[in-house]
Amino acid sequence: MREYSAYTLLKNALAGNRDWKPAWRKPDPKASYDVVIIGGGGHGLSTAYYLAKEHGITNVAVLEKGYLGSGNVGRNTTAVRSNYLLPENHRFYEHSMDLWENLSHDLNYNVMFSQRGCLNLAHTPGQLDEYVRRGNALRHSGIDSELMTVEQIKRLVPALDVSASARFPVIGGVMQWSAGTARHDAVAWGYARGADRRGVDVIENCEVTGFLRDGDRVTGVTTTRGEIRAKKVAIAVAGSTGRVMKLVGIDEMPIESQVLQAFVSESLKPILDTVLTFGMGHFYVGQSDKGGLIYGGALDGYNSYAQRGSLPLVEEVHSEMLALFPGLASVRVLRSWGGLCDMSMDGSPIITTGPLPGMYLNCGWCYGGFKATPASGWCFAWTIAKDEPHPLNAPFTLDRFHRGAIIDDKGQGATPNLH
Amino acid sequence: MIITCPYCGPRDSSEFVYREEGGRIRPDQASTDQAAWNAYVYDRVNTAGEHDEIWQHSGGCRAHLRIVRNTVTHRIVSVAFARDHGRPHERRKAETPA
Ligand SMILES: Cc1cc2nc3c(=O)[nH]c(=O)nc-3n(C[C@H](O)[C@H](O)[C@H](O)COP(=O)(O)OP(=O)(O)OC[C@H]3O[C@@H](n4cnc5c(N)ncnc54)[C@H](O)[C@@H]3O)c2cc1C
Ligand SMILES: [Zn+2]
Repeated sequence: MREYSAYTLLKNALAGNRDWKPAWRKPDPKASYDVVIIGGGGHGLSTAYYLAKEHGITNVAVLEKGYLGSGNVGRNTTAVRSNYLLPENHRFYEHSMDLWENLSHDLNYNVMFSQRGCLNLAHTPGQLDEYVRRGNALRHSGIDSELMTVEQIKRLVPALDVSASARFPVIGGVMQWSAGTARHDAVAWGYARGADRRGVDVIENCEVTGFLRDGDRVTGVTTTRGEIRAKKVAIAVAGSTGRVMKLVGIDEMPIESQVLQAFVSESLKPILDTVLTFGMGHFYVGQSDKGGLIYGGALDGYNSYAQRGSLPLVEEVHSEMLALFPGLASVRVLRSWGGLCDMSMDGSPIITTGPLPGMYLNCGWCYGGFKATPASGWCFAWTIAKDEPHPLNAPFTLDRFHRGAIIDDKGQGATPNLH
Repeated sequence: MIITCPYCGPRDSSEFVYREEGGRIRPDQASTDQAAWNAYVYDRVNTAGEHDEIWQHSGGCRAHLRIVRNTVTHRIVSVAFARDHGRPHERRKAETPA
């Protein structure tokens, strides 16, 4: 029987909640594993889960330098969508959507996936044309996309200023109704628990400090908790990619680490039941089930490994919010934080074998990797198990930059702070 | 973050834009070395620690600056005019022994 169900909830409630098992064990690292995954974020944990579930590979350790959820998986603003422009991204992110739709059942853990839609606002005719183009590209790939008029938007989001006197008047928008949000830390915990139940060792407070090598081949890692050998070493450290790759002697990567900030307001009554993005700057907002507005804006714009942001961005994000919702001027901000984003040169991720023998690499998630968590782990597990990419992640190689096969959804070029 | 522009003095970082890593090597315009061009366009050192970079004082004197900044602490170590370092491909010639 499933461990979490209405029956076990009731039974444990009556028994004083004394019989719950911890969601995952706290094992000490063994001397060797078939697969070691570096990074206990969403992607490392989902990779371990799908290795065990889809490929029967359970002699696996996930090594996390802090606690589970201390990285971006616990810092993001939880938007889940697949409304990209390019077909490579359509296929990959739609696979993620398929997995999201059944994730709570699959994990027997409520990730609170809520398909409340994601609406991009347009403020200029050129922008609306661009949305039509993207919407049509999506519909060609079988992904839902709907153009909305100002009247429809007004009905959907009454708090939004859609008047002609707004700082940047809204002239329309494009909606993906199947997009939405999920509870980010539940995703980390659910995958950790699912992997643990299948025999994976999830090891916290274990920082990888170096790599064991036999010639070119990677044969294991050194950590703050001793040496661990492995037939395969997989890296999924998001914003720390540059630092970890240097440990294995790869000094240059098509990646810049930059900080993205996010904010949450005090709880409000329900005013927004979709995810909304502003078209005249970088701003997006949703409302959590607790009532807090969760929102963010642009990257700070320069390289950083500090998990905190700068003040000018705080001001910019709030001025954008008030341009859309003047009525929120007196709402108080509860918290703000920053996370390290692994900004790739074309805005798309990397999921690949190599670049050294015995090694596998997952990175380049920019500020959009939460939505990818299920598909990223699913494809990375396949790549590790079979030593070749699945067709879904075959385009997302590391050498695509040098082959001229970039996947630049926004057409920004190799300027990560603009993606 | 406060950046001290050699012309304008100490100014808030919001007056400046980050352009690129300072040590990137642009091949000579006539070069047909594809690997060197690819490396120039796509590869980054992305240091955790003291990082060599080019900024522009776009909200001030508009000069391009070569800044060494710690990417972990955000401490600015040094600021100089980028032009004193030459154009990128000249820099490479100066820094790479023949
Ligand atoms: C503010 C913010 C908002 C975002 N909003 C969204 C959003 O709305 N939608 C969306 O899709 N995406 C969003 N993202 C992006 C998304 O959160 C990330 O792309 C994604 O979480 C990255 O994958 P991860 O979960 O595996 O990363 P992480 O959780 O960062 O996992 C990497 C882990 O590696 C560990 N690690 C690093 N070095 C080592 C080492 N040497 N040894 C052992 N462990 C190590 C770290 O401690 C960390 O836990 C946002 C990101 C930020 C910062
Ligand atoms: Zn100046």
